[in-house]
Amino acid sequence: MTDVLDPPVVHESHEPEHEEHHGPTGILKWMTSTDHKVIGMSYTITSVLMMVIGGIFAEIIRAQLTTPNNSLVSLAQYNELFTMHGSVMIYLFMGPFAFGALANIIVPIQIGAPDMAFPRLNALSYWLYLTGSITMLSGFFVAGGAANFGWVAYAPLSNSVNTPGAGADLWIGGLLLTGFSAIFTGVNLTATIFYLRAPGMTMFRMPIFTWNLLITAILILLAFPVLTAGLIMLYCDRHFGTHIFSVAGGGVPVLWQNIFWFWGHPEVYILALPIFGMVTEIIAVFSRKPVFGYKGMVFATLTIGALSLGVWAHHMFTTGVVLLPFFSIMSLLIAVPTGIKMFNWIGTMWRGQVWFSTAMLMAIGFLFTFLVGGITGIYLASPPLDFFTHDTYFVVAHFHSVVMALMMGAMGALYYWGPKMTGYLLNERIGKVQFWLLFIGTQVFTFPMYILGLRGMPRRIAIYPLHPSWQYLNGVASVGAMLIGLSTVAFLVNIAYSWKKYPAGDNPWDGHTLEWFTTSPPPHHNFYRLPQIRSERPTWDYNHPGHQAAAHGHLAEALIESDVNS
Amino acid sequence: MSRLALLPVAALALAGCVPTFGAAPGATTSSKSAFRLWQGFTVGAIIVGGITTVLIVWAVVFYRRRGDNIPRQSQYNLPLEWTYTIIPILVVLGLFVATMVVENKEEALPKTNVTIEVNAFQWGWQFIYPGKEVVVVGQTTQDPTMVMPVNENVHINLTSSDVLHGFYVRSFNFSRYALPGVLNQFTLRAVDVGTYHGQCTQLCGLYHSLMVFRVKVVSQSQYASWLSAHYNPKAANAAQAALNQQTSSIVPTTPYKSEGNN
Amino acid sequence: MLVGLGMFFGVMCLVYWLWSKEQGGSVMMLAGMLLCFLPGSYYFWWSRRMRPRAEDDPKATQASGAGVIGTFPGTSIWPFTMGMGAFFVVLALVFGIWFLVPGIGLVGWALFGGTSEGRRGGKH
Repeated sequence: MTDVLDPPVVHESHEPEHEEHHGPTGILKWMTSTDHKVIGMSYTITSVLMMVIGGIFAEIIRAQLTTPNNSLVSLAQYNELFTMHGSVMIYLFMGPFAFGALANIIVPIQIGAPDMAFPRLNALSYWLYLTGSITMLSGFFVAGGAANFGWVAYAPLSNSVNTPGAGADLWIGGLLLTGFSAIFTGVNLTATIFYLRAPGMTMFRMPIFTWNLLITAILILLAFPVLTAGLIMLYCDRHFGTHIFSVAGGGVPVLWQNIFWFWGHPEVYILALPIFGMVTEIIAVFSRKPVFGYKGMVFATLTIGALSLGVWAHHMFTTGVVLLPFFSIMSLLIAVPTGIKMFNWIGTMWRGQVWFSTAMLMAIGFLFTFLVGGITGIYLASPPLDFFTHDTYFVVAHFHSVVMALMMGAMGALYYWGPKMTGYLLNERIGKVQFWLLFIGTQVFTFPMYILGLRGMPRRIAIYPLHPSWQYLNGVASVGAMLIGLSTVAFLVNIAYSWKKYPAGDNPWDGHTLEWFTTSPPPHHNFYRLPQIRSERPTWDYNHPGHQAAAHGHLAEALIESDVNS
Repeated sequence: MSRLALLPVAALALAGCVPTFGAAPGATTSSKSAFRLWQGFTVGAIIVGGITTVLIVWAVVFYRRRGDNIPRQSQYNLPLEWTYTIIPILVVLGLFVATMVVENKEEALPKTNVTIEVNAFQWGWQFIYPGKEVVVVGQTTQDPTMVMPVNENVHINLTSSDVLHGFYVRSFNFSRYALPGVLNQFTLRAVDVGTYHGQCTQLCGLYHSLMVFRVKVVSQSQYASWLSAHYNPKAANAAQAALNQQTSSIVPTTPYKSEGNN
Repeated sequence: MLVGLGMFFGVMCLVYWLWSKEQGGSVMMLAGMLLCFLPGSYYFWWSRRMRPRAEDDPKATQASGAGVIGTFPGTSIWPFTMGMGAFFVVLALVFGIWFLVPGIGLVGWALFGGTSEGRRGGKH
């Protein structure tokens, strides 16, 4: 590793250098642009909007549960609400946000590419996502209401006898569209990362965020076609008289669960891995250190990706028709690479210079919340424990710990990369208020639900007249949900308050990776010049010559050195 | 396997001084061992989670930014990385062994002469006592009650006549799906007399929130007198005939259970 | 990497099949394995034949990557058109078959338009 850097050279592309891109503006620009940054912004705005919609559903659900026999919404409306809350949050917010929004903007820049490999396909992905979202949500405006069979749509509840009406079909249609959108994004990301890296950006010099997106993209390609196939089967069952999932015609209802979770569990990692990547970048930058155990991190991500396709039936332990030991050991094993990641994150902060910006606070909040969600996940991998927590609020609390951790990571990423996307920083003080609301709200929201689950409260119930004793804890959880809602309000207020107020400059955080080398926002085709790439931190190496990452150390050596240093 | 079985025994020894952590201690034999597994897991979770929390807090408190100097750019420490790869693997394998011991006990189907056919439907429960000419059926708030004798292996055949339902009794630390087209079999051996709340846990449509039932564990003699008090061959035979028709096409055991645990 | 992943799924598939004899999951894992081998073997085949690329050379300078990397259209209306077409096709699944007419029309138009735009090299 040399300390001397060649002077930066112009990155050649077919685009004339230093010339602003001239194209249509306004709504036409939005409609016709194939620039990955514009598409990424569209993704970001749409998915945050979906988060707000899903959040409103959540607040109504929590309000309904504050008293045992509440009639704020009817039983039928309640079923629609939690179905659409889950569907919007998983399919329309977390997924597209994770692999559509920031991935679109950041991945090409991080690897020094001028755009995604297939810009028009990329635009098509966005349009399919938007129309899919509209399709799914329009269920509320048709007779019979939106889909009401839970976001997992278990057959035979989802067949045409038990849930007739257009709402369910719109749900299937919306999912088909967003499913194809995801598949196209997966193709695009894979091709971009394999073929458009800048010279010197070898695979093991890619930032962790890009690595995680590559593995996410491969998971998308493996999992989403299964879901699409399943949805088509479900549609055929509903309308063309097939009996794939119905007992009457010799079908097997559990087959739907197998298909759904064969997609559904990788999907959890499709949501999580990009956020893990975001958190990794944030922690490294705000600790002013390289990612600790970079290669271990990559292999841990690969292991998670590989194992995630062999654990789907841990969602089905209580069906009585799955092979318990196989899925139990596979699910438990996923804890190992996840633990490695956790320790690598701590190792990155260790002996660093931790700067508590809002983004970093969100990342630390992620660590704590994800620790809770991860550990309770280990319980659910053990069939005897799953038997008594399955489909109770324990499970609800577990996955809300996980997704709220992901939400913090996502918010941190918006604070961290937002300035790169818009050119302006967000207000840090409001950001910190938002963080504390979100962090405290999340814990106040999830912990009562763990206890409720252990006390036997099943999920997806609108009323609990026989158990007035559950009211107190439900009330506490609702307060937590309200705090989370307030944090979202704080976020929106922050955007309005900071609108074009604090110019960010090219590199406000002393970032490590290539996106901090270009301007904020980056020019059309991203770079006027590129630095020499000799590690996974080209911008850091350029800005801090003489502070390259230390080579492989040994424990004893590290201890001796730290003694000498201190 | 006997050496491996030591793990839950150790957990059992601990159980005396370990709190419940919010779970039910269990009213059946297998729910008691599941409860002890829960305690073991929770103790482990508190240790692992506690260590990790301390490490995070330590890093956050002691390495907060105190100046503009650049810290040592250490990136790898292979011995350390191997340590926190191998230890979790060992922990996970330990948890898996403990899990399997409890699970095999829970999944076992010992010989019995009390069988109850449980049939879930939208939105209620039907309990048929074959050979005893007794049937209990009830919807939503009518509180259908499944009466079972204490200290006796009770064999449950669970199925559903429409959509998926979840047979869940909190005090038994147990739940199982009622699936149309599948006959799920399990054994409950209650050791504590009492009345327990049960509820459908799997979303089954409009009145899912109200699909409750009760399980009443009574002494052998009370059970016998309850059976004779509810003797109703006409209703029971009709219900049994309907159920037989519904389950006629079902293979009664799932493939791997028939190999492993019978 | 993909080939390795494919082999992993192959082993998993075999273990799962021998242990559980359950068809659905085994078929999906088999498909997962093939799905990994398909692009994996393609990349492997190419990596044997391609000349080494600058992005895989740890000592590459920026100058070594000079040249045209590809064509990147700046704007295009066709993705939007095709998206709307797909939207109508899906609406046909729900509201009535007649939605297929504008749906397939738009998709076809977009296919034609997008392809010819791609041939011309696209607008920058």
